[in-house]
Amino acid sequence: MSSKHPLNAKAFVANDERMHWHDKALWFVREKRDITSKTIPEWEQLREYANSIKTHTMANLDKYLVEFEKNAQARGIEVHWAKDAKEHNEIVYNILKENNAKKIVKSKSMLTEECHLNPYLIEKGIEVVDTDLGERIVQLRNEPPSHVVLPAIHLKKQDVSDTFHEHLGTQEGNYDPTYLTRAARASLRENFLNADAGITGVNFAIANTGGFVVCTNEGNADMGANTPKLHIACMGIEKIIPRLEDLSVFTRLLARSATGQAVTAYTSHFHGPVVGGKMHIVIVDNLRSPFLKSEKYQKALNCIRCGACMNTCPIFRRSGGHSYEYVIPGPIGSSLATFRDPKKHKTLSFACTLCGSCSNVCPVKIDLDAQLYNHRQDLTQQGIIDSKKKFMLKSASWLMSHPTLFDLAGKVARKVVPLLPKSMLYTKSNVWGKNRDLPQMPKNSFKELYKKGIEDDK
Amino acid sequence: MTSKEQILASIRENRVVVDTKLPSYDNFGMKFDDKFEHFKKMLESVGGHALCIKKEQLDETITSLYPEVKIITSNVEGFTKATFDANAQEDVHNLKDVELCVVEGNFAVAENGAVWVKNSNNKHRGLYFISENIVIVVKKDEIVNNMHEAYERVSFNNEDAYGVFISGPSKTADIEQSLVIGAHGPKSGYVIFVD
Ligand code: SF4
Repeated sequence: MSSKHPLNAKAFVANDERMHWHDKALWFVREKRDITSKTIPEWEQLREYANSIKTHTMANLDKYLVEFEKNAQARGIEVHWAKDAKEHNEIVYNILKENNAKKIVKSKSMLTEECHLNPYLIEKGIEVVDTDLGERIVQLRNEPPSHVVLPAIHLKKQDVSDTFHEHLGTQEGNYDPTYLTRAARASLRENFLNADAGITGVNFAIANTGGFVVCTNEGNADMGANTPKLHIACMGIEKIIPRLEDLSVFTRLLARSATGQAVTAYTSHFHGPVVGGKMHIVIVDNLRSPFLKSEKYQKALNCIRCGACMNTCPIFRRSGGHSYEYVIPGPIGSSLATFRDPKKHKTLSFACTLCGSCSNVCPVKIDLDAQLYNHRQDLTQQGIIDSKKKFMLKSASWLMSHPTLFDLAGKVARKVVPLLPKSMLYTKSNVWGKNRDLPQMPKNSFKELYKKGIEDDK
Repeated sequence: MTSKEQILASIRENRVVVDTKLPSYDNFGMKFDDKFEHFKKMLESVGGHALCIKKEQLDETITSLYPEVKIITSNVEGFTKATFDANAQEDVHNLKDVELCVVEGNFAVAENGAVWVKNSNNKHRGLYFISENIVIVVKKDEIVNNMHEAYERVSFNNEDAYGVFISGPSKTADIEQSLVIGAHGPKSGYVIFVD
């Protein structure tokens, strides 16, 4: 199936009130990020450091992964390697089987989402419960998360209340977030106490210590990892950092960029199993290493999944995470998805205004807007984009490379467009016209105004 | 080829990333005239509380903060009101009814209101999360400015395989961005600095 971002977005935008509400909710988080980042005088230096640590790591990725493995093994952690999603799922399942683990508590991990671990395990008769509140909500609703940090940001408390009423037996019509959170806490506590194993993601893996870090606000990763005897951590190859002290840079940037908090409530450093327990790490490639071969897209691997680019993106805020139909939505997801499967995700790099806001907020300085721009060129060159879009882009570029004609077209448009009936402008083929209105046509073109301005200044 | 070899080969093949140098953090990062005040402000902004008392006041302070709780566990010297020995339990599941844990924090970080807590004399890592409420006791002069100074003090040996920065009680804002204190971990948290 091909990705249909514009069509999905259309459905989201159709509910005007909810779209504005979603937009505002994310902008609120973006503003919190701005406020907190401004309290750090060395913020830009931190971003620069993060950028160079990640770049250095990618240039030496093989070395650091091997170093990590050696150090982790020395601490009694078992290390596995999976080249793709299938192998990842099989490894996890085999560990569970060997340990006779039937009930699993999982903390949020985009990697296991990417590998579709849940349905795989459930099919094998294993009970998998997502324990991050937002993840639990979407799991009960049988939906994927719509954001990497705020999985249920697309839902209102009424939706959560209805879901909990159905699955957890909470009072119907009680929308109080505290009441609903407490209900989830009580139910998940049972899951934690009865679990045979905990599965977590990895925020950062440290080569020189052989341990890894998981950041949460809820404490769910820690309950899940420390209550049962078995802990399985799943990480993409890009999660590695060279030294323990490099964590200072990332722990300072991550939560501030994500939600505007100075740090997450829990930043846990795992360097071996609980007393009498077992710890496994699965290192996964699954189409990550090919990024290293690309000048244009290699930086996409540096992402620390803070979600800041989603919160700031004018398209994401108005189209919702689900419209991307990819495990990671928003600007970074669009680049990752398009690089991995350009045919399937051909519309995503166009879900971008090239405003550059994402690149400006990105704590590791990924050139997101440039990547999306490059994808468009590549898609066109490879003949992947729709013929209609291609025709429009071609015509526009032809027009723009003929200045006299361009001026003339502008003049005509300024005169004619205001006279046209709406039905002619807002045709079916004008996707952009949906829920948008044209601005008033100015009397003069920018060029004319500019010329006049120069003369006035004389 | 094993999967490991395949992944490493794929990384090595045609890699175009140009190497950069790793930074050094010597004397880097924000500093504070009054580290305690800043720590307190940051901790309060995330639903926690910070106090500064004399060591002799531990019992009365904690009792007045939590007058109702019955099941208290502690590994802090100078606090005598513990009613339950968590370290004597074989199984972490036995800690599920603990209402208050009083634990040692190694040092605090002014820039973000976090305390570094290591497992050294606490047998079960799960204690900090399973307990309904948490009090972390830190020595008054053990506050660093920022995370760079913090990581200079962090290390792991084979006995201490776990450590966590804790900032405030557990919390979530997953339902319409409304902050709710008390998710899966403690519902309240104090950091008490002792002289
Ligand atoms: S691309 Fe940058 S801003 Fe977006 S999630 Fe990744 S690290 Fe955050």
